[in-house]
Amino acid sequence: MSNEVHSIIDLLMEDFPAIDFAAGPLLAGGAHRPQQMCVRIPPDHLLEVMCFLHDDGRCAFEQLCDLTCVDYLDFPNAADRYGVVYSLLSVSQGHRLWAKCFVNDPAPEVPSVTSIWKGADWLEREVYDLFGVRFTGHPDLRRIVTWEGFEAHPLRKDYPLRGQGERVNFERVTRDSA
Amino acid sequence: MTSTQQTSFEAAPATYAPETPGGDVWVLNLGPQHPATHTTLRHVLELDGEVVLSCTVHIGYLHSGFEKLGEHLNYNQYVVVTDRMNYVSPMANNIAWHHACERLFDIELTPRCKVVRTIMAELARIQDHLVCVGCSGLDLGGFTAFIYPFNARETINDLFEEICGHRFTTSYTRIGGLMQDMPADWPEKVKRCCTKVLPPALVDLEKLLTRNRIFVERTKGIGYINHDDAIAWGLTGPLARASGVRRDLRKDEPYLCYADNWDGKGSSAVDFKIPVSRGGDCLARYLVRLAEIRESINIIMQLADNIPEGPVDVLADEKIHLPSKGRVYSSIEGLIHHFEQIMTNRGLKPPIGEVYGANETANGELGFYLVSDGGNTPYRARTRPPCFVNYQCFPNLVVGHKISDVIAVLSGMNIIAGELDR
Repeated sequence: MSNEVHSIIDLLMEDFPAIDFAAGPLLAGGAHRPQQMCVRIPPDHLLEVMCFLHDDGRCAFEQLCDLTCVDYLDFPNAADRYGVVYSLLSVSQGHRLWAKCFVNDPAPEVPSVTSIWKGADWLEREVYDLFGVRFTGHPDLRRIVTWEGFEAHPLRKDYPLRGQGERVNFERVTRDSA
Repeated sequence: MTSTQQTSFEAAPATYAPETPGGDVWVLNLGPQHPATHTTLRHVLELDGEVVLSCTVHIGYLHSGFEKLGEHLNYNQYVVVTDRMNYVSPMANNIAWHHACERLFDIELTPRCKVVRTIMAELARIQDHLVCVGCSGLDLGGFTAFIYPFNARETINDLFEEICGHRFTTSYTRIGGLMQDMPADWPEKVKRCCTKVLPPALVDLEKLLTRNRIFVERTKGIGYINHDDAIAWGLTGPLARASGVRRDLRKDEPYLCYADNWDGKGSSAVDFKIPVSRGGDCLARYLVRLAEIRESINIIMQLADNIPEGPVDVLADEKIHLPSKGRVYSSIEGLIHHFEQIMTNRGLKPPIGEVYGANETANGELGFYLVSDGGNTPYRARTRPPCFVNYQCFPNLVVGHKISDVIAVLSGMNIIAGELDR
């Protein structure tokens, strides 16, 4: 399994010589865990690389298994703040690859991959909702698990665990005001 | 099985032209408090008569910030939160969570622990499928078909209660092991459940539903999705397999007793088949779930007879696992060891890095993406919930169908809001 992924990473480096993929395992070492490979893709090349990974028969990543984000605000030695993590899966060949796309404040923006994988729709909306990373080209970028009109992005590291008083300050609808 | 109505995304766009142009379009709000939505799901349906023209799904009514909470609880404490995700089969969530944690800590479980976890995972799968199949019957008007599987499920809940003290909020796993070993007579009770309780219940269920003309006509050709779309939308689990996607993490990325040489002595993996259907509709999902229950019973029967002896906790004497309450209350070493584990400035320190671990649960691939900064709590604890990913293609499954079919599709998908919203 890992040989196939290594050959895919070689393919990527051949086809996109201008990009520094910084390929490496998500977590190095270990006797019992499988090696999970990750590449780094800059946001301005994201769509072309993702198209290649989806369309090329040797890669054949037909499924976007997961799309999430990590806020590296307090992480030791982190250079960028938001890392959007794509977990790609090839159903036909059974291999997985992780891809990370780093963006920063004040306007974190990543191109949307909904045109490549339909299943990216809600996953991108969730990341937008909870992290505030915008996905350009998303057909319907609305909040998904919190309510409309909520302004914060709760999974950011600078958002407190107990909230910012939303529960106390929530607009109350009474019989008279409704 | 062939489907009568082959709607794909090209054939049926998300909006559907009304038969009578200029006619009244009704907007109907289905949920979030509606008996057939089971949990807090809300759909805004545009209707032309009874035909659904468009469907907009609103979720988030049960959002509880589990992932935020995961950043403040340690790797053993968070298992309590995973119970609340898919509350129909909480045991499978416990096992999936600690599967990911053990990848992070790089721990290989003991053979006995693997067998117990495999049996528990399969019992959870049966439990989940029984609820889903029963509710499919209930939502289509067959109350009896709901009661029969619920009766059988009660036995599984009793088995869980006996082994860990809880029927639903099990919290049974710990890093590198289990909360406690099973009682001595427990395997016998599992076998009795798998031979005396579940098979007759399945026979009854099949008599009530499988060839029931009302049930078949309400589910056949309803909510169709083809093989390629199922993959593109990220479907996993019974939904994908009902559309002909031959994928099951138990075979494709084997773990526990689904992998060869699981006990280190060359034992072969448990023998089972992956039920796949090409139907792609609600009926196919029902049939795949039924077949999976039978395969799960088969897996449990293979394991229940020869559970290896030995400890369930790996490295119980070293400082990986929480000490037993007996040791904590009766020895100074046990007490120190306990505090070393639970105090917020102590505890287990994993390596710095990221890891993804996924299990095949009843609804599909339940994965956890853990980011560790070397502290005793995860830096980020992402859940890859099968329901959330599966549910997003829902509007495409119901557009063009009648409003009563919305209920049939919904109950066939088995959406659990606890996992959907987290």
